[in-house]
Amino acid sequence: MMLLAVLSGFLLAFAVPALRRLAGQRIGWLLALLPASLTVYFASLIPSISDGQTLLLKNQWMPGLGISLDFMVDGLSLVFALLISGIGTFILIYAGSYLKGHRDLGRFYVIMLSFMASMLGLVLSDNLIAFFVFWELTSITSYMLIGFNHEDEEARRCALQGLFITAGGGLVLMAGLILLGFITGSYSFTEILASDLQIHEHGFYTAATVCILIGAFTKSAQVPFHFWLPNAMAAPTPVSAYLHSATMVKAGIYLLARLNPSMSGDALWSGSLMLFGAATMLTGAYLAFSSTGIKKVLAYSTVMALGTLTMLIGVGTELALTAFICFLLAHSLYKGSLFMLAGALDHETGTKDITKMGGLRKSMPLTAAITCLAALSLAGLPPLFGFVAKELMLESLLKAPLWSTGLLVMAVASAILVVAVAGLVAIKPFFGEVRRTPKQPHEAPFAMLVGPAVLSLLALIFGVVPFVPASVVLDAAVSSVYGSSVQTALALWHGVNVPLMLSGASLLIGSLLFYKWGRLQPNLYAINTAGSRVGPEAGYFRFMLGITQVADWQTRLLQNGVLGIYLLILVLVTFGLTGYTLLTRHGFELDFDFSDGYFYEFGIALLLVASTLFACATKSRLGSVASVGVTGFGVALTFIHFSAPDLGITQLLVETLTVILLVLVLFKLPSFVNLSSPWERYRDLAVAVFAGIVMTLLILAAMDIRYFDSISSYYIENSSELAYGKNIVNVILVDFRQLDTLGEIFVLGLAAIGVYSMIKLRAEDQKRP
Amino acid sequence: MRSSSLILNTAALAIVPLQLMFSVFLLLRGHDEPGGGFIGGLVAASAFVLYAFSFGARSTLRLLRVSPRDILAAGLLFALASTIPALLSGQPLLTAHWWQFPLPGESYLKLSTVLIFDIGVYLTVLGTLMTFVISLMEARE
Repeated sequence: MMLLAVLSGFLLAFAVPALRRLAGQRIGWLLALLPASLTVYFASLIPSISDGQTLLLKNQWMPGLGISLDFMVDGLSLVFALLISGIGTFILIYAGSYLKGHRDLGRFYVIMLSFMASMLGLVLSDNLIAFFVFWELTSITSYMLIGFNHEDEEARRCALQGLFITAGGGLVLMAGLILLGFITGSYSFTEILASDLQIHEHGFYTAATVCILIGAFTKSAQVPFHFWLPNAMAAPTPVSAYLHSATMVKAGIYLLARLNPSMSGDALWSGSLMLFGAATMLTGAYLAFSSTGIKKVLAYSTVMALGTLTMLIGVGTELALTAFICFLLAHSLYKGSLFMLAGALDHETGTKDITKMGGLRKSMPLTAAITCLAALSLAGLPPLFGFVAKELMLESLLKAPLWSTGLLVMAVASAILVVAVAGLVAIKPFFGEVRRTPKQPHEAPFAMLVGPAVLSLLALIFGVVPFVPASVVLDAAVSSVYGSSVQTALALWHGVNVPLMLSGASLLIGSLLFYKWGRLQPNLYAINTAGSRVGPEAGYFRFMLGITQVADWQTRLLQNGVLGIYLLILVLVTFGLTGYTLLTRHGFELDFDFSDGYFYEFGIALLLVASTLFACATKSRLGSVASVGVTGFGVALTFIHFSAPDLGITQLLVETLTVILLVLVLFKLPSFVNLSSPWERYRDLAVAVFAGIVMTLLILAAMDIRYFDSISSYYIENSSELAYGKNIVNVILVDFRQLDTLGEIFVLGLAAIGVYSMIKLRAEDQKRP
Repeated sequence: MRSSSLILNTAALAIVPLQLMFSVFLLLRGHDEPGGGFIGGLVAASAFVLYAFSFGARSTLRLLRVSPRDILAAGLLFALASTIPALLSGQPLLTAHWWQFPLPGESYLKLSTVLIFDIGVYLTVLGTLMTFVISLMEARE
């Protein structure tokens, strides 16, 4: 059942093209049935989870490698699963209206459903490797969604940036997860969390932690990797609302929270989480305040929220983790909602720039009302759930065991900025004087408002009665992040205390900032532009440029297109290494015994030497090909003489055909010219002689060294018994070593396709003027 | 390109069928005597190359009836198809299966997945070489 629940998104994605023909424009409503029923399914698990149980559902995948599709449901993963499927439902409905009539709507839904399935797999996987596979799947689907408008160069560039950052971090994460599995001896989250092993004392602990942190930080857009997230706003708004606020960017946060019980209590872990989290929080809040595009403002405030979440995990007290879960839920509710509303604004007015909007409340009253509700939660005002979360955060920072004052100052500073940002989002576009927008504004359609309305109302209800969601699932979630059972006591009103006063102060200063915004923003914009020249994004561009430069340099050095150089390097490396090994392991041994040779053996040898010499010396290309052919026939004679008829026949045929092929090619070549200088020819001669000597010594050595028994006796004994054949060569080819042959004939096929396309492409090139 | 030599053309007409039959003979007896799919494929390819040298690439393509690349693909499919019986009976991939049918006079007809695989090798080698030769010859024309 759980397996089906996770994979159903992938399955439905296959059916999208057919369904689209069936349902037409209403496809969004139809597809939303899947996440809706998934939400119901996950909700049905709530009773057993809130009892403190952990459900474990085992599925085999690759048992030989210890990789399984085991799913684990505890409080934390259930909260995430509910968010993913619940918000997903509204997003699918919303997208049907937002992208109405778009010709690639079907493609959009295919990727979106695949993303949803990967995200569910990510938060429910119990196996580290399966977790990683889903993690990478979310990166890839995110890439395709950011670049959805792929005819726009900017969108492609941003998509690539997001992919490089998250997938690059993913690679580091993989190393971290493997190290973690190595340390704990298990690839299962449940087993890792249950073991009382001292992970901190292991020698690989630091490396594993750093790798996991980098993976999580890139995915969750922490400083200094935060710049990809605002750029990801090139995606259509439903994508931004779903992936880049509510779900995917929280994957890194999920990983940190998931591993927290095992890793916490260590200075490296909590220190870096607090440090980077707080820095990200403040950077995000500041950049949100100084942007003008409504989606950029929201994106940077998401960065702020992600930083806050990271910081709270780092603080790690019971209170801080309660605040973490509440903030997570509050943020998903209001940010998903605000993004969808921003999309509605953009859709109805034709601009994303908040400086160009004003007085829209008359033409879009419903949108205005819902936006205000969601923005109240963003600003952290009562009676919204955002208020509960913010009070908890401030209180937990007050009581933080480490760096309490510093974190509190930063949190209050970012709270001030966020109040101003909430004003930017809710007041600026809807109140004040009416401004002309590129499109005549209308109220957004029902499908685009239902999601934000439901999410904002939920934020309101949760705010008034915070103990209800707490007892249902939040307690269980806090317990799974904390590592032992926790009973939270959430309430809207805590009485007049320090957090409330801090909130009040931040509200006042924030409002003041908002009124000064029109004058402050241009100055801040100038500062940001100057700062971006040395910021992390500039570092990213320099890094990418460096990669292409290195690639350029090494291509010119190694892949320069001169066949002779390739050959020279190959031969030198191969025979250099072989010669070195031979010399150190075996040493020189030259003893020849020609006494039992027959005269015709000498004859064959003489023929071989003579034809080789002629091939080297001749000035005629045809002559040299022919004499190489003679060498081949000589070798075939040797095979036949030492009773290997199969090899002999093959060699004979191959030689014949090679000569024919070479002759066919030769006609296309220009006439024989000597292009190399004498020095190069002597160098080539030396290399060739060296290779010949090493090969001769190697063969001589191979005659009298036996490190292990030859396998040929096995083949000789078993050929007719096991494989019913008397021709051992053929039995080896088609039975004992059949897999090798299968690989080889595929290589043959590929070579044929390669040659064919090279010749055909050239022919077509020449046809063109 | 086609040869104007009467001797070559006449000889080719006589030799090519013989060579092709010989290649099938080599393929079939390969499991017990010198021969097999690889050698058989090479012999068949040289037969067609001889024909191509005498009568040109176009007529060789007509003689083959199908494109060399299709022969190549068919060969790969044969090789893959030989793995199906093992897969169906739940054995490791590439496990050989044998079927023996009695023939009149104390002898048996041995059929096997190995033979199917060898036919695949034969066709792949033939297809590859003919792709090389035909496209090179066509490029010259």
